[in-house]
Amino acid sequence: MLKYTLKRLAQSVVTIFIVISAVFLLMRLLPVEGYFGDGYDKLSESQREAVLQKMGLLDPWYVQIGAFYKGLARGNLGVSSIYRKDVPVLEVIAPRVPYSMRFGLVATGLALAAGLGMGVSMAKHKGKALDKLWTGYVVFVNAVPLAVYLLFIQLYGTSLFHLPLLFDKYRPASWILPALSMSLGGIAGYAMWMRRYMVDELNKDYIKLARAKGLSQSTIMVRHVMRNAYVPMAQYLPASILMTISGSIYIESLYSIPGMGGLLVDVIQRQDNPMVQGLVLIFSMVGIVGLFLGDMLMAVFDPRIKLSKSEASR
Amino acid sequence: MIRKKLLEKAEAATAMNAAATFVPEADAGVDASMFVPADFDASAGERGGYSNYSYWRSTLRGFLRNKAALGFLILLCTLILFTFVQPLIPGQRSPTKIHIDPATSMQYRNLTPSAEFWFGTNTIGQDLWSRIWSGTRTSLAIGLIVGVVEMLIGITFGAIWGYVRKFDAVITEIYNVINNIPTTIILMLLAYILRPSFKTMVIAMCATGWLGLARFVRNQIVIIRDREYNLASRCLGTPSRRIIVKNLLPYLVSVIMLQTALSIPGTIGWEVFLTYIGLGLPVSIPSLGNLVNEGRQIMMSPELRYQLLFPTIILSLITISFYVLGNAFSDASDPRNHV
Repeated sequence: MLKYTLKRLAQSVVTIFIVISAVFLLMRLLPVEGYFGDGYDKLSESQREAVLQKMGLLDPWYVQIGAFYKGLARGNLGVSSIYRKDVPVLEVIAPRVPYSMRFGLVATGLALAAGLGMGVSMAKHKGKALDKLWTGYVVFVNAVPLAVYLLFIQLYGTSLFHLPLLFDKYRPASWILPALSMSLGGIAGYAMWMRRYMVDELNKDYIKLARAKGLSQSTIMVRHVMRNAYVPMAQYLPASILMTISGSIYIESLYSIPGMGGLLVDVIQRQDNPMVQGLVLIFSMVGIVGLFLGDMLMAVFDPRIKLSKSEASR
Repeated sequence: MIRKKLLEKAEAATAMNAAATFVPEADAGVDASMFVPADFDASAGERGGYSNYSYWRSTLRGFLRNKAALGFLILLCTLILFTFVQPLIPGQRSPTKIHIDPATSMQYRNLTPSAEFWFGTNTIGQDLWSRIWSGTRTSLAIGLIVGVVEMLIGITFGAIWGYVRKFDAVITEIYNVINNIPTTIILMLLAYILRPSFKTMVIAMCATGWLGLARFVRNQIVIIRDREYNLASRCLGTPSRRIIVKNLLPYLVSVIMLQTALSIPGTIGWEVFLTYIGLGLPVSIPSLGNLVNEGRQIMMSPELRYQLLFPTIILSLITISFYVLGNAFSDASDPRNHV
């Protein structure tokens, strides 16, 4: 276990380094307008050069990346160039982290609870009306793009249930729609896999034996089927973390939640290169850490897991 | 020589059996003549068991049995056919022309659906009907191009990754690095760096999408690579390329088709998302993403909601069709379901 943890940790650290370097170098390919703000056109060629020189953007790339890592070690991601000029990137981002985190956690929790419940009820009533209804939901959520159905949830959710259209931190009712929207995809995913694993499990011979022994249906479900079906579900958790991140970018922007996702959309639209770079790095870190924790969780969850083999298959 | 001996032995055995077996006289249809040993026929010995099983015919039969999928297939074919035929129909308007009322020389702004403008006009007086079909063409083109390119890259990489052991560790590490970052972030970053256009959007989406398919292909190939029939092929000196193409890939048809069919609605969805965050196609090119985004900006006034509703209905019909068809075809083409 310790060996596996260390190996997986080392892998994550290497990944972080590769991602930082790759993102940094990719950002160097961008036109330099993104570092000037509004006054770009007013500056003469030599003034521009002077500004770039001061920012160190004319140095060779290895000097730049060295300086970037040096700054990073001191927790410095550079300064915003347009969105809030000359304010350090981290200072802009910091107050937004709690919102994103809170929404992410609520959405993940909601998705887990509702999705697992839904999957269990589908497997219990396999082939009946309830199963078909939820299957329709899963197909809908998977087939229709998120960017489309979330719009309609915002549109009709606000007008039908009189919920606030935009996020307002002093009105708890304004939390409902965004949190719900963020969990919809996760619910569908969990429900689909839970149903599949439970149906697989139900077809096994030991279930027939349990039934022949006279165990009640609910005992079989709770003691045998669900316990075995939870194990592969742990595998799905990391992927759902990544999905929540993706969803949050769109939803935060849609409801004007002052979180990191909405900020990323803002700074992309205003072409603030250092801010985009900082946020992309933070989101990648969240993804890497999330996947690491998910893998750890899976190893804890499933005693049967063959540690060395699971790495090869990933 | 040996065969003759064996035959004699068998003959002796059957003769003994015939003597020992009691055959009831009254049983109709069964008589003593059925128990006489057949003459030796060398060609009969060569004949193996066979059936008139054909992979594609069984796939087709399985697919046709799924009535819902058949319905979606017809719907999708009609939609696709119509998108490409629509500009050829006489009397269609240009999707980018701004229509002006000759009486007042004002633009026909926000006209609700009527006999003149079937889906109404948008905020600057363009015909929504022709814009929707033109947009569907653009989005379908992006979806299909990305789907095919992803399929080709995914299969090639997945096959090499799974089949050539030397590359396995290296490509797995590369995969782990890319897989750790949310796709949305990669896509946004690429689209941001490359600047919006049709070409860059296709490139950005191809760059992220093939990974999933490559991994599926790789996992399947690792499982079946060392089965006996492949071992036999290798012993007979079949080149790797031929083993991959003839022995392994046919086994993966169902996985590949499913992934490709699902990647098309995925791509259309990404296009809408990228347009929303301002990294989509230029407004001058109608696409479903642009139309949905234009509709979104005015969705708060109920009488203009048709401008959001029409594009999203067409878009949803297309994506749901691809999704259902992909799943139905994957079920039908899985040989395990063919009995």
